[in-house]
Amino acid sequence: MRSVLEAIEVSRHFDVSRPPLQRLLSGEGRRTLRAVDGISFDISAGTTLSLVGESGCGKSTVARLAVGLWTPTEGEIRFEGHPLSSARAQPAMRRKMNMIFQDPYASLNPRWRVRDIVAEPIRAFKILSGAKTIADRVAQLLTQVGLSAADGEKFPHEFSGGQRQRISIARALSSEPEFLVCDEPTSALDVSVQAQILNLMRDLQQNLGLTYLFISHNLSVVRHMSDRLGVMYLGRIVEQGPGEDIFRTPRHPYTRMLLDAIPDISMVARQRTPVGGEVPSPIAPPPGCTFHPRCPLANARCRVEKPMQTKIGDVLVACHAVQEGRSA
Amino acid sequence: MALLDVIDLVVEFPSRRGVLRALDNISFSISEGEILGVVGESGAGKSLTGAAIIGLLEPPGRIGGGQILFDGKRIDRLTSEQMRPLRGKQIGAIFQDPLTTLNPLISVGRQLTETMQTHLKLTDREARARAVKWLEEVGIPGAAERVNAYPHEFSGGMRQRVVIALALCAEPRLVIADEPTTALDVSIQAQIIALLKNLTQSHGTSVMLVTHDMGVIAETASRVAVMYAGRIAEIGPVRDIVLTPSHPYTEGLMGSIPALDVRVDRLRQIDGAMPRLTAIPRGCAFNPRCGKTIERCFVERPDLMPAGPTQAACWVTAETNS
Repeated sequence: MRSVLEAIEVSRHFDVSRPPLQRLLSGEGRRTLRAVDGISFDISAGTTLSLVGESGCGKSTVARLAVGLWTPTEGEIRFEGHPLSSARAQPAMRRKMNMIFQDPYASLNPRWRVRDIVAEPIRAFKILSGAKTIADRVAQLLTQVGLSAADGEKFPHEFSGGQRQRISIARALSSEPEFLVCDEPTSALDVSVQAQILNLMRDLQQNLGLTYLFISHNLSVVRHMSDRLGVMYLGRIVEQGPGEDIFRTPRHPYTRMLLDAIPDISMVARQRTPVGGEVPSPIAPPPGCTFHPRCPLANARCRVEKPMQTKIGDVLVACHAVQEGRSA
Repeated sequence: MALLDVIDLVVEFPSRRGVLRALDNISFSISEGEILGVVGESGAGKSLTGAAIIGLLEPPGRIGGGQILFDGKRIDRLTSEQMRPLRGKQIGAIFQDPLTTLNPLISVGRQLTETMQTHLKLTDREARARAVKWLEEVGIPGAAERVNAYPHEFSGGMRQRVVIALALCAEPRLVIADEPTTALDVSIQAQIIALLKNLTQSHGTSVMLVTHDMGVIAETASRVAVMYAGRIAEIGPVRDIVLTPSHPYTEGLMGSIPALDVRVDRLRQIDGAMPRLTAIPRGCAFNPRCGKTIERCFVERPDLMPAGPTQAACWVTAETNS
């Protein structure tokens, strides 16, 4: 299948050093935060790749790298076969990608009418011309996301969170994109509204053949949405493969832990053994496999040697224990 | 006998356009040692119910009717002076954000001893020993050293453990936990829920657990109240509410949650959104979003009626049952 977005060994580091004078006085060196540390993935046209993980694991950094809001420190991102930087330089390519943000309250300009918010990409990319044509297209987009054409005259504050997220989606669709990056699009919403938005996103994908990079911390939402899944921990993808395979037989100890940890409505009054530990700081990640301090299967090798991804069936797993068959 | 009895509670907010009823005739009870889950969407009145019980309604909000009985005594009319010995000692509270709950200028040990010495007769030394014991009990490693640490030295999950210790240290009989895990990551969330459940079980504390996360409720609570637009839509044992809900809203709510073990093509969705307090429809507040309405739903407001093992405020359910 045609690949839409491809990331090859992508890293993004941030310099979080203290100011030079303070460093000089205290004699400490530079400090880098490895938000994303050598990840690779590939999204085929018309499918959804989801990235899950806890806060600080680098999910949102990947989202921003994927649309070119940040440039990778190392590695390369290719969009439809072209390097992302050159693709971003051509408006005809750039309009093919767009983003939906987490917070529908912060991502819409409160002083603009909805029709102007939705029309902005159309005007910016000169996709259509003429006030009437643009107005018709905006009306069509608003109906497509389940609002009414008359809503275009209103301001964002007149809408609820779910409706605002629909406006964000309409705006993202207005440049006629093929690829959408969705960074936690439903985590600010109530469950009944979340279901509406998730259903809408899947309908749009089927009707318009969209490709999604879907970022979320909610595993059950991810299961519902994704074709392929990547589980992130401290800037690395520890397990990646077809969603169904990973949910059926999670291999990496971290994936197992996440799946065990999630309170789920199918688990009425379940007794469980909670997992210990917390995510370490990405500024000073543990040596070797970064998960070893929390991992029940860790041994001496895990504490020194970084695990490489190995392929098991369709799934890529980065774990010594799985590789050595200790995980059973 | 029930530890907490809430009878026909009304909370209202006077406004220029008239009095808004934020809670409308809420009735439920919590028995000794029971965990009651309260779920619903934002604005349904979950947190308000908790605030009304513990006497922390923000003015102009006020109790406009009904009774709150704690251990058989009315507590809804107490002044804040009279309420003070009850708060912490009898009724503890855990709030959503652990950073704003803790005082950043005071060490966690001091916050614990202060609370305990306010409510229990303890010497400084005893209080301190107990503070360390509580920190150990909520699973803070190196409790003896960390008792002198300040809130900012703890991570989010650890802070929420401190908050739990703070809520439980005066050994209250009821704890109101308002979204205690919402600000935390999933793996930490599970630890905190397990901790809360084990501690309250071993101390025999009753809990009112307010959350919008059905997963948390399903694992923790023994009974659940589902709230919608300031009223209780359905209340009953957790198993029945989750697996065989009677109220159409509960049914929609359960269907709209993506499950981990099965993948469906489309989630069930409840169209529309919860009405604002200023525009609650006549009859049943859920009628514009409900797929099963009959004539009566548009004229008369349903009260909780027995529906199998649960109680549901729904005319359709009542009719099919009778």
